[in-house]
Amino acid sequence: MGKDQATPTINIPAALTGLLACQLAGEVVVGTLRLYFPGLGFPGPVAGMALLFAWLAWRGGPGASMDATTDAILRNLSLLFVPAAVGVMQYGDILSRYGFPLLLALVVSTLLTLLVTVGVFLLFSRGDGESGS
Amino acid sequence: MNEPVSTLWVYLSASPLTWLTVTLLAYGAADRLAARLGRPPVANTVLVSAMLIMALLLATGTDYGTYFAGAQFVHFLLGPATVALAVPLWRNLAAVRRNLLAMAAALVAGSLTAAISAVAIAWAFGAPADVLASLAPKSVTAPIAMELAKSLGGLPALAAGLVILTGITGAIVVTPLMNLLGIRNYAARGFAAGVASHGIGTARAFQVSDTAGAFAGIAMGLNGALTSLLVLLWLVFAG
Repeated sequence: MGKDQATPTINIPAALTGLLACQLAGEVVVGTLRLYFPGLGFPGPVAGMALLFAWLAWRGGPGASMDATTDAILRNLSLLFVPAAVGVMQYGDILSRYGFPLLLALVVSTLLTLLVTVGVFLLFSRGDGESGS
Repeated sequence: MNEPVSTLWVYLSASPLTWLTVTLLAYGAADRLAARLGRPPVANTVLVSAMLIMALLLATGTDYGTYFAGAQFVHFLLGPATVALAVPLWRNLAAVRRNLLAMAAALVAGSLTAAISAVAIAWAFGAPADVLASLAPKSVTAPIAMELAKSLGGLPALAAGLVILTGITGAIVVTPLMNLLGIRNYAARGFAAGVASHGIGTARAFQVSDTAGAFAGIAMGLNGALTSLLVLLWLVFAG
């Protein structure tokens, strides 16, 4: 039993329990708030993120298990968007009806948004760029 | 097809296991293809996997509902993944604190640019009001964008499609664009990716750097909140 303390073992179920418990608590908080503010569009998982952050602040940071598990999930975040992206096939008709203006609006607006956001950020930042990493 | 094979296919094509496995196989194939090509931005893993799966669904005459019965197990993990964003946020807390002013200014500028430029361009090309309303929240994460499109008189389903396409567009162009401009501030790069292209941009940012990913995650959350507020103000004062 004492061996566990010598080397930090990665306990994935414990980390997943933490993530799911935070999400569940977040859903409860948002669900309760919706009883009073029915129009609230705030997603439960975002409230869950705030709760996990508070827990990290209280504990002084994530343990090795939480660190490794969240790293693995976030490095493969692209995978989680695949089912929703396949869903675009359902809107093929309506997307192609306005194909050209929509495509142009999407591409130009996305480029403009990237340029404006990064430009304003650099304008107001103190020039201590986090280069590398 | 001979009979046993077609019987087996009828069973397999209706099984969630098949489509869950297909989703993971397609992602693995897209990732290997991207690696072999030297990871060019157009070989975006979300785009390539989705196209592979769509081709298979069309070829086999499988509808999206049947596919999603299996794929939902992957989709479900978006919730815990959103919670997990607290960890990089915690790790990059010092950088976040240093850049609060820059984040606030960039958020307001980027959020307004995203909505106004998209609507203006589509309007100039004669898109009708319900399409414009569906386009306005295109840079916001899908569940929020669908709600906003509905309250503006748009089509939630169309909004969801536009959100995904915006995310893929942003994820493809962000790295070459920032490299072209010689921008090496990964906090700024990530923040822009999150404002312009929500979760799919954030997924891309995490492939580039932990700092970029952390700032993209924050930007995605803040842009969802700010765009909701802007839509609320629009409905109160213009509606």
